[in-house]
Parts: sequence; structure tokens; C-alpha cells
Amino acid sequence: MNALAAVGSLTMRYGPTAALDDVSLTIAAGSYTVLLGPSGSGKTTLLSILGGFLQPTSGSVTIKGEDCTMMPPARRPTATVFQDYALFPHMTVGDNVGFGLRMRGVERSARDEKARAMLATVGLPDAFARKPHQLSGGQRQRVALARALVVEPQLLLLDEPLGALDLKLRRQMQDELKSLQQRVGTAFVHVTHDQEEAMALADHIVVMNKGRIEDQGPPQRVYANPRTAFAASFMGESTLIPVASPVAVKLKAKGQVALRPEHIEIVSAGGNLGPAKIEGIVYQGSFIRIQARSLDDLALVFAIRTGTELAVAIGDTVNLAVAPRHVMELGG
Amino acid sequence: MRKAAAIAYAALLYGFIFLPVAMLILFSFQGSQVPVPPFNGPSLKWYQAILSDSRLTVALLNSIAVAILSSLVAVVLGFLAAWGFARFSLKWPGFWKAVITLPLTVSYLIIGMGLLIFFNGLGLPKSLFALGIAHVVINMPLCFAIILSQMTANQANIERAARDLGARDWQVLVLITAPMLWPALFASFFLAVTFSWDEFIMAFLLTRFDTTLPVEIWNLLKGGLSPRTNAVGALVFAVSVILAIVFELVAFRKRNT
Repeated sequence: MNALAAVGSLTMRYGPTAALDDVSLTIAAGSYTVLLGPSGSGKTTLLSILGGFLQPTSGSVTIKGEDCTMMPPARRPTATVFQDYALFPHMTVGDNVGFGLRMRGVERSARDEKARAMLATVGLPDAFARKPHQLSGGQRQRVALARALVVEPQLLLLDEPLGALDLKLRRQMQDELKSLQQRVGTAFVHVTHDQEEAMALADHIVVMNKGRIEDQGPPQRVYANPRTAFAASFMGESTLIPVASPVAVKLKAKGQVALRPEHIEIVSAGGNLGPAKIEGIVYQGSFIRIQARSLDDLALVFAIRTGTELAVAIGDTVNLAVAPRHVMELGG
Repeated sequence: MRKAAAIAYAALLYGFIFLPVAMLILFSFQGSQVPVPPFNGPSLKWYQAILSDSRLTVALLNSIAVAILSSLVAVVLGFLAAWGFARFSLKWPGFWKAVITLPLTVSYLIIGMGLLIFFNGLGLPKSLFALGIAHVVINMPLCFAIILSQMTANQANIERAARDLGARDWQVLVLITAPMLWPALFASFFLAVTFSWDEFIMAFLLTRFDTTLPVEIWNLLKGGLSPRTNAVGALVFAVSVILAIVFELVAFRKRNT
């Protein structure tokens, strides 16, 4: 892996509480890294430290082999896209995008030309002379992207960039972000609490909780084989089976295991998960979600996702099975 | 019936407030030597008289110069102080804010006397310069309070974005913060000009040979009532009204961003 940036043993304390607790992470050149976690997990703190807006209590930030830990934002090879876009309200879109070049002493005609080109890249070729308040949320988002990308950062930092958009626009912008990142080739680090967004975008997912990294790796691996119970549940719905459960004994599990809802099958007889009674059925359009309580372990409720053609009703007893390769063994 | 009573009440109230000013303005157009009824005008001769009186026109220019320069300084200082409070964490911010805005609650007479004694000790003679400093003292807290009230956390994020793109502190202030706060800066400037323009007590205490229009009017009044004092008063009033209108337009205009 070609390491572009690395953070080593980062700790950030506010009084007695640690927003980040001994976090280490490597960011590959040209990669799309997503920091995923609930609020308070430390993901935004980590991004702020990468951008230089916060100085860590201890630990280091290295970008392109240079120690940037105490370097102010302006001198770092990073640029940030803020959650509320933070566009300059009194400037035109063109002047917004050209601002970073202006600060670097690029003359007007050259920076206007680059700003126009970058606006075209983000899909806003006609917005140059407009003011930010004349644009929609999605368009402002693109201006913020263009403004950050035009200074050619090594690392683009995005703080919940799609958080303010409605769901449909969010999914659309998410596809555009991914294709933009592939076109410009800059390494992106993107903070979100939306696991669908994270999986759609990331080459490398970092699941964070309470200031620590719970798991990190390619999205397929983190989804299919999460390292911890937290990572398993945050990356998507799952059924956690404690090691002491009779169901775990039946599965011959060595530790706590988790099952994805789409991997639990309803079978006619037998089944390595044993019998369960259906307690809830929710129709979701392309699939149905079923909640079923294990008859071997009444504390255990399976979350199952299955096709809509299945004819079952609340109160039915069904036999459940899972393929051994889909049993996710959790550490920690 | 109730409506008629309400109208009568309103007429009395507004009459009470504005009748003196209306009389002042009316008799500034008086044709004869004394500003008392009967009115035998209108005549512009008193306006002609004051505009050809060099003492009054010099005082007028002094007033304008003191008002504009002291207000500029007050706005700049108030802006910087407000920025400091809004963007940096301070121990006991409430206490320091109270200290800055304290001059708003102290009478001009007390501040003027204090400054008179202080300037005496410094060896700074009574002058328009001394008066300008006094007007900065009374107007800076006002500018500070107006500007601080318009500073938001969202603007702090916008400043952060500018810094991220390579702007230095002074570039952030000049290119980002000040333009974003333009309406507040403009409004506080006009309010400061209005207060400086009308201010008499400090001008009386702190100036001697060159003085401002309110003091010059007071000098005129010592010679007894004359339509020319009415004419000067009407002019001062007119300027105050214009400044107040500009302030209202700027301060209460809906911001479209």
C-alpha cells in the first residue's frame, strides 16, 4: 500500500474524557477512506486533527512523510469541505472557488480560468457569476467541493458532506462524489454516520466508537466479517448470539457470533439455528423483515430478511439455518 | 368612540413630542427679528445668514469631521473587540463584556469630566482631537455591542474555511469577516455618527477655540433667542433625521443571504 498520510497513536482529551483514544490509521494515495461511527465516536475530531483545526493531546500526523501535527491548516496539503459548506456569502461562486488560488498569489485571469474548469468538473459550468444564496443545497455542496479541490490538495477532508441533503439527493451526490474522486485521483477522507453511504463510497472503511477504531478494512470485509460486535451491528442489521446461548452451542461457536439477516434461511426441517416463533413481519417493498424468537433461547430474537414470496404469519414456528461460512466470529 | 379617543390620545402624544421641534422649524423661516408669533414668513434669510457666518460653517465642518473620524475609529475598535470575544475563548467573558459596555451606562458628564482631568494630567490641551477621543470612548461600546450581536458560529466556520485555503488573520478579517458583517458595521457607524453629531456636554468640556456645532449653537443662544438659532437647530435636526433613517434602513433591512 502506498501510504500518503498516517496518524499514529492519536489521543485527544477534553478534561477527563477522551474524544480519541490511541487511534492509528494509514491513508493510501488515491483512496477513498470513510470514517464511520455514531455521534460522539470521535470521527469528526479525527478529521479536524487531520485538517489542522485541532491539535491532538498526543500522537502524530504525517502527510507525505512530513510531520504536520502542529502545522496550521493553511500550510497543510489538505483542504476541507465543511458540513454547512461554509461558502463566502458575499462573493460570487467564481470568487469562492478562486479564493484559495488568490491566497496563493495566482493572478485573476489564471484563477478564473481554473475556477471555471473546476466548476465544470463538479457539474456546475454555469454558476460562475452567481451568489451562493441563489443555489440549491446540492449545488452549494458542489461549489464547496470545487473550492477545496481547485487548490489541488493531497488530501480532501469531507465533514458529513451529504448530511444536509434529503435522501434522494444524498444518494445521487454520493454517486457523483465517488466518480469525482476517481476522476481527480485525490485521496478523500469522508466522515459520516450513514453506513449505506459509507459502503457505497469507501475503499477503506474505518468504524469508530467512543474514540476508538473498532474495525477497519475494505467494506466487503468489514461487512462480511466484522471484528467486533459494535462493527457488526453498526455496519448493518445483525443478530448477535452470545457464547453462552444454546444456539451458539449448536453452531459450535468458539466465541460470540453475529448473523446478517439475509443469511438466515427458513428451512422445512432441521436447521442449525433451531426452531423459532415469528413475532413480527414488516413489508419493505423488495423484501420482508421477520423477527423470530428462538425456542431454544427465549432471550434471542433473530432478524431475518427474506423474499416477499414467502408465505408466513405471526405466530408460526419455523426452522432456521445459516451456512457455516456466513457465521461471523467476533473478537473483543 | 373608542377609536376617536385613541386618535386624540395619539395626537396629543405626538404633539407633545414634536410640537417644540415643529415650532423651532417653523420660526426658522420667520421674516422678522424674533422667533415668536405671529409668524410672518416664510423667509430663507436666516438660513442665508447662518450659511454665510464663518463661525457656524467652521463649526459645522468640525462637527462632521469629528463625527466621521471618531465613528470610524469606534467601528474599527468595536469590530476587533467583538471578533476577539466571538472567536477566542476568554476567562470570564461576561465580566469583560460588561466592562467594555459600561461606558454606555455612565453619563456623558461623568465621562467628560474624567477625560478632562485625565487629558490635563497628560498635558493634552482642549481640542477637537480630545473630543474625538471622548466620542470614541462613548461610541465604541455601542459599535461593539451591535457588531457582536451579529456574529454567529456559522461565520466562524466560514472564517475557518478561509484559513484552510491559506488566508492569514488579517486577510480573514478584511476579505471575509468585515464583508460578511457589512450591514452591522454600516449601522453601527451611522449610529455613532448620529450620537457624535448631537453631543454637547463633552464638546463643551473638551474643546476651546475650535468647537463643534452644538457648542456654537449654545454660544449663539447666550446672545438671546433669534430665528438664526432656530435655523441652525433645524439644520442639525434635519441631519439627525437623515442619519436615523439611514441607520434604520441598514440595520433593519432583511438580509438576503
